[in-house]
Amino acid sequence: MAAEQKMTYETWPASPEKQTLEAKNKFLGFWFFLGGETVLFASLFATYLALKDKVPSSDMALAKDLFEIPLAFIMTMLLLTSSLTSVYAMYHMKNFNFKKMQLWLGITVLLGLGFLGLEIYEFNHYVHEFHHSFTSSAFGSAFYTLVGFHGGHVAFGLLWITTLMIRNSKRGLNLYNAPKFYVASLYWHFIDVVWVFIFTVVYLMGMVG
Amino acid sequence: MANQQPNSGNPRVDIEYRRKKSAEEMKHQVITFALMIFLTIVAFVAAGYEGFSGWFIVPFILILAIVQVIFQLYYFMHMSHKGHEAPALFLYSGALVGFITIIAFLTVIWW
Repeated sequence: MAAEQKMTYETWPASPEKQTLEAKNKFLGFWFFLGGETVLFASLFATYLALKDKVPSSDMALAKDLFEIPLAFIMTMLLLTSSLTSVYAMYHMKNFNFKKMQLWLGITVLLGLGFLGLEIYEFNHYVHEFHHSFTSSAFGSAFYTLVGFHGGHVAFGLLWITTLMIRNSKRGLNLYNAPKFYVASLYWHFIDVVWVFIFTVVYLMGMVG
Repeated sequence: MANQQPNSGNPRVDIEYRRKKSAEEMKHQVITFALMIFLTIVAFVAAGYEGFSGWFIVPFILILAIVQVIFQLYYFMHMSHKGHEAPALFLYSGALVGFITIIAFLTVIWW
């Protein structure tokens, strides 16, 4: 089946994300990449756990002074909901409903932007209220590297999904771009997977002490 | 599994079947989402509650996180579907190496 072939609702396959050889390779390659990302984030988590609360002087803020439940909770809810909306987008992709897919991807992007905005506010708050910066302590370096890397992934994911949406806005769905949307949504879910560990290990365990 | 194409020879019937299957799957996704929200709330409440000691809370919220990630991987990322043997191998290899890294950093490095 040619990738650029004009598809209809009737000819749309059950697994459009794995229909062509290129799509199969993309699917496999992307999961391989996610395996590597797991190692990358695990090493950042390991560094954070080893350096948590390691500050040069006793008057500097520790994890339990910094983190607040409400903000972490709202950020978690935003990202978790955006994960569901991207599931909705892929549901409409499988049903060959391009408009609804674009709509749900748009909602996903908005929720992601909300998350990113709160993270920027959070970092700004720590730097100005607590003098907890990237260079202030080993704890600060480890914290901003881990959480910032995740935030960077969110920012990249937003750019990626937005680019795909704009690039294909007038094309509709075909077997060439369906795998692209699918892989981008996998990436978005993976961002949420990492965040589950961040809110547990960094925020909740930080507040417990 | 849920999205395998049946071959009745009649495209219309197949489409109806598929639509029903994916609508059913979508229902499961929403239930998964509700469970994930619930687990998140339990974790936040447990961490915020003064009565529990850290020795209980830390393993407890870590288990909740792992359960939630399994939901995410198998339902939202469709790892429960057929044809995800290689993705599972990649991901679990990554998780294994990551786990060893974390154990190493927590036990070998100290100040």
